[in-house]
Amino acid sequence: MRRFLRPGHDPVRERLKRDLFQFNKTVEHGFPHQPSALGYSPFLRLMAIGTRSGAIKLYGAPGVEFMGLHEENNTVMQIHFIPDQCQLVTLLDDNSLHLWTLKQHSGTSELREEHRFTLKGPPGSPPSATQITAVLAHSSREVLYLGTESGNIFVVELPSFRVLEDRTITSEAVQQRLPEDYCNRRSCELVEALREHPKNPDQILIGYSRGFIVLWDLQNNKVTHHFLGSQQLENLYWQRDGSKFISCHYDGSYTQWPVSSDNRQPEPLENIVPYGPFPCKAISKIYWQTTKNGLPYIIFQGGMPRASYGDRHSISVVHGSQQTAFDFTSRVIDFFIIFSSEPTAEFDDPSAMVVLAEEELVVIDLKTAGWPAVHPPYLASLHCSAITCSHHVSNIPLKLWERIISAGSKQNIHYSNMPWPIDGGTNIAPDPPQRDLLLTGHEDGTVRFWDASGVCLHLLYKLSTVRVFLTDADPNDNMNTLGEDEWPPLRKVGTFDPYSDDPRLGIQKIYLCKYSGYLAVAGTAGQVLVMELNDEDAEHVVDHAEADLLQDQEGYRWKGHEKLKTRDGPVRFEAGFQPFVLVQCQPPAVVTSLALHSEWKLVAFGTSHGFGLFDHQQKRLVFVKCTLHPSDQLALEGPLSRVKSLKKSLRQSFRRIRRSRVSSRKRRGGSGNTSEVQEANAKFDQEALQEMELAPVQRKIEARSAEDSFTGFVRTLYFADTFLRDSSRHCPSLWAGTNGGTVYAFCLRVPPAERRMDEPVRAEQAKEIQLMHRAPVVGILVLDGRSTPLPEPLEVAHDLSKSPDMQGSHQLLVVSEEQFKVFTLPKVSSKLKLKLTALEGCRVRKVTVANFGSCKTDDYSENDLAVLTNLGDIQIISLPFLKLQIRYPCIRKEDVSGIASCVFTKYGQGFYLISPSEFERFSLSTKWLVEPRCIVDLPEVTSNNHVHNKSGMENAVRKSRSLGDYGEDESKSGRLMEHALLNDEKVLKEIQSTLEGGR
Amino acid sequence: QFGAEFRRFSLDRYKPGKFEDFYKLILHIHHIANLEVMIGYADVHGDLLPINNDDNFFKAVSSAHPLLRVFIQKQDEVDYSNFGTNTLSRKKKALVTLRNDNLRRRPHINISMPHDFRPVSSIIDVDILPETHRRVRLYRHGCEKPLGFYIRDGTSVRVTPHGLEKVPGIFISRMVPGGLAESTGLLAVNDEVLEVNGIEVAGKTLDQVTDMMIANSHNLIITVKPANQRNNIIRSSRMSGSSGQSTDSTASHHSLPTSHVLQNFHPDEMESDEEADIVIEGGLEPQHIPKLHSLTSSSLSRINGSSLSHRLQRDLVLNNNSGRESNGNIHKLLSSLKTDPRHSLVIPRGGIEEDGTVITL
Repeated sequence: MRRFLRPGHDPVRERLKRDLFQFNKTVEHGFPHQPSALGYSPFLRLMAIGTRSGAIKLYGAPGVEFMGLHEENNTVMQIHFIPDQCQLVTLLDDNSLHLWTLKQHSGTSELREEHRFTLKGPPGSPPSATQITAVLAHSSREVLYLGTESGNIFVVELPSFRVLEDRTITSEAVQQRLPEDYCNRRSCELVEALREHPKNPDQILIGYSRGFIVLWDLQNNKVTHHFLGSQQLENLYWQRDGSKFISCHYDGSYTQWPVSSDNRQPEPLENIVPYGPFPCKAISKIYWQTTKNGLPYIIFQGGMPRASYGDRHSISVVHGSQQTAFDFTSRVIDFFIIFSSEPTAEFDDPSAMVVLAEEELVVIDLKTAGWPAVHPPYLASLHCSAITCSHHVSNIPLKLWERIISAGSKQNIHYSNMPWPIDGGTNIAPDPPQRDLLLTGHEDGTVRFWDASGVCLHLLYKLSTVRVFLTDADPNDNMNTLGEDEWPPLRKVGTFDPYSDDPRLGIQKIYLCKYSGYLAVAGTAGQVLVMELNDEDAEHVVDHAEADLLQDQEGYRWKGHEKLKTRDGPVRFEAGFQPFVLVQCQPPAVVTSLALHSEWKLVAFGTSHGFGLFDHQQKRLVFVKCTLHPSDQLALEGPLSRVKSLKKSLRQSFRRIRRSRVSSRKRRGGSGNTSEVQEANAKFDQEALQEMELAPVQRKIEARSAEDSFTGFVRTLYFADTFLRDSSRHCPSLWAGTNGGTVYAFCLRVPPAERRMDEPVRAEQAKEIQLMHRAPVVGILVLDGRSTPLPEPLEVAHDLSKSPDMQGSHQLLVVSEEQFKVFTLPKVSSKLKLKLTALEGCRVRKVTVANFGSCKTDDYSENDLAVLTNLGDIQIISLPFLKLQIRYPCIRKEDVSGIASCVFTKYGQGFYLISPSEFERFSLSTKWLVEPRCIVDLPEVTSNNHVHNKSGMENAVRKSRSLGDYGEDESKSGRLMEHALLNDEKVLKEIQSTLEGGR
Repeated sequence: QFGAEFRRFSLDRYKPGKFEDFYKLILHIHHIANLEVMIGYADVHGDLLPINNDDNFFKAVSSAHPLLRVFIQKQDEVDYSNFGTNTLSRKKKALVTLRNDNLRRRPHINISMPHDFRPVSSIIDVDILPETHRRVRLYRHGCEKPLGFYIRDGTSVRVTPHGLEKVPGIFISRMVPGGLAESTGLLAVNDEVLEVNGIEVAGKTLDQVTDMMIANSHNLIITVKPANQRNNIIRSSRMSGSSGQSTDSTASHHSLPTSHVLQNFHPDEMESDEEADIVIEGGLEPQHIPKLHSLTSSSLSRINGSSLSHRLQRDLVLNNNSGRESNGNIHKLLSSLKTDPRHSLVIPRGGIEEDGTVITL
């Protein structure tokens, strides 16, 4: 009758499950996908970014983050903070306005949508009558001025969004006093810009698209000044004292206009085409910033000579004789200047320029000579080269952490030292419980090390493997070596560079041993590099070996890419991880699995052809094993690489199409045009859908056979010290699982440390297990006598883990895409299993052992399997009894790249890509939860300065902490942390000494 | 020679004696002493049931009134699946004619008894399923024949409290000619798939159902709602000839329990994908046949003794001295060890049991 007992009816276990497991998506790391709008509140010192999918994200001091999502999922066109309020208004491309408020709720601030509103004209009026083109949030905080395509300006009350019809500024009213010769029907069409007078809130400047500008008196409802521009207007900017304003134009010119009470229709003071005389592109936005020394900063977007530099995305900064055109690799969405917002201050004194480009955020320090960039603490462009894999390491020892940071800081010398200028709000989240590293491998052959401990994913260090190889692109070929007298004075900024010189350099697998500092990295062309951390620059020869995985298999021809050429002679490496061994697989197929054992000094690697073991101490190949099935021709021809390159070229062409479409669309474009495009798109989608329905999808039902393709594809490699041959002696072993459901086990003989260099490492195949269901093996794990997974190498040696139980009998857990099976050891016989696919029709995509601690008691924790399925569900399965504990939907099942990118941590957290540039962080644990908790206080207007200073100070403290200075914070951190730190110090010294001894 | 011979003879109703004697008597009466035959009888409801031991012989005799209609077939022509299959009530009329006609009997088409015959498919759980549904088990043997069918998405009409409702469903879209599915005749294009190995497919996507079927491909049990609800009838008449057995859908107690049917299999033919993973030891020490897995021991009690030895046989351990020997013999082994329908007697622990789904197999 046991089979009638349903699981989960044990109330004690149910309660415990509640204390252990909890699913939360906590924070999005990285750079928002397809940003479309930017806003900034100098008062709150918060920045807001809107996206094309209707998300709105607020950022302040590091750790201060808010996110909201418009229900409509429409593109956010404009963002305007209400002056001196914790409120902002967004304009979407469906012409709706949304009021968002930061409200405090149980100790933290939350972003909430309060109201929504769509401007409606009188019945029968064309849509353009109410199509909003410009928004002015008036300093009175009570009203919004909405400029429209029709030229009328509507006034709505806040927060109710009630239209104050009697205050509408109609284009007719504006035209009344226009000079006859200038007056034509179209001069007052489309409000391009609305700007409030900096000193007199009763006056607003209205700029119409045709170049006509008026100063409007709100009190008397009349025009006080006319400015007759002759060029199509793009934008307006007031000078701080209100005596002048500046207009920028479609032809790449900008014009200064005086405002004085004696001339109601002044002539322009000067009209400049900065990159003339040849035709130039539009200047779409301009700032005029005053300084103490009298020389203003003129900062404008665009204006490049149309013919030769029309394709550049630039922002130019002009200050006296200095002029630089910052050249961005992706389209500039918008930018703002951070300047003194004190009403009493006499000058603007700009300190920083914040530029939102389509693919990255760039902040330029305007106070330091040379205008260096500021290293952003968040919004990192994860995708500056496409992410190809990721690897997470929990609980990094302090010493290693510091060494990585110090290696990284040497790479960052060209960055400004300026503290992060956007520092609003207060981070009240507890300090992260431990130091976590997220390593991302990229298409260009780099590995990036991210601080993933807290809410801000921060780049610590970047490692490039390119130097080991000879590539077509000469690394010394610097695109930025422009002469002094180059014109325009372009300067490339930012890191986004999606174009890879050689796709073979792409990183596929990463393994970092946090105790020894050994790092193994494997790539697309079968290259495996073993590296160690060196705090100094060094020049040395990288030992090179080849592993022929086909061995004596005859008659096969590899049709894929060639292997990478290596550089002869010594290579200079900068401080950080420096490769000392290179193994190249032959044929040079993608490395599909990688394992490193830092204690035995062995590295194992597998491709679609087989796997090999390399002794990186003696620098000797121990063995190779071909896993190919004789009939598997496909694997030999290397279609994997073909598929990949096809995918890549498709992606690139799409990117180009997208780019050209986006850039051809004028900012804020003709509304009719966009809706047409949308309509066409919708129609296309519908047609595609219908087409799909016409051709019904069918699936073949066929059992897997040994003849299927890619059965030899090595999916997983695992080192274990266990009972492979008999139950009395345990020995090192290497396990490999293939796509065809085969598990190979090799018995290893590693010489003792004192003879490690003298005797060779030996390996002998001990077992081969063929799973009858033939599903790909995605995970192998050995459980000790207490059913605890074996510890990582060096973990026990340094007292960080209980030594495994070698008394009781060990068990082998084999996870295939379809089943979980526990076998006894050394005699491999099936003990129990969970048939996931047969029951639920889902397949295992990712699996990891995670440790879950109880949120109620400190002394209880258990190990479970965290599993991601092809349906995007996350399941937690108990060890060793393989009982499903809980299931959470996490990723949409259509989001294949999201599922493929998922990486679990050892403590029940995880990351997956929600776009090429963003990781979603989630938590399965009740105990380890990293999420933003922050407060934005409404600063009192009078004590403005004081509050800002305070938050600035706090920010500085936090920043210093993130750079590794734990001096002040140590006492605050939790018990667990202290424990870890104490251990770390000792451990690292130990490791250090052993390492030095070994050399 | 089994064309249409009829013999009428009498037996002592209350002391029928032993089956052995009866068997000899039959052979003697029919002058076929040198042939192996299968004896069956038509019970009160007209179902053809076997007589092969004392118990069912006694049952047959005691339930006979006034006559016991005995059917004798050559051993290798018997279709075991004729016994107690879900033949439907249409046969009432045939029954009447049969009774009048007394012992008229037609030979069966060339179908043999289970132990010289490898099952391809079977219809199971007739007693617990609605008439409109059919549960089919496909046995895959080696690699010789592909399962050979395709499934697709579609819509099906269901009766709900709110009236008829269209709901998404999974349907068989194509049969591969010569494939296992086609050769059974139990599945057809446009049949709606309701369950896969006891798990309902409602709410699951096409890909999920595909994965479930493939994961169960060694012993696939699919419950379908045949597109043509009259198919059952056609099928049963084809198998048994027009004179065949009568059927009565209400007489569920006549259907043999599936396990009974399965016990008729010779264990040699039965291989399981369960626990059948092959382990090749590369070690040098002599290997022993492993002990039975603890989990199977309980279920083994449900299997007759011969399958126990068989199971031992399956837990095969090869001693390869080198450990790197060519895989050739392994593959041979694999194909010989492929399928075992009997494994369904072993309730997969941690699988079905955990889900709380009850499968009566």
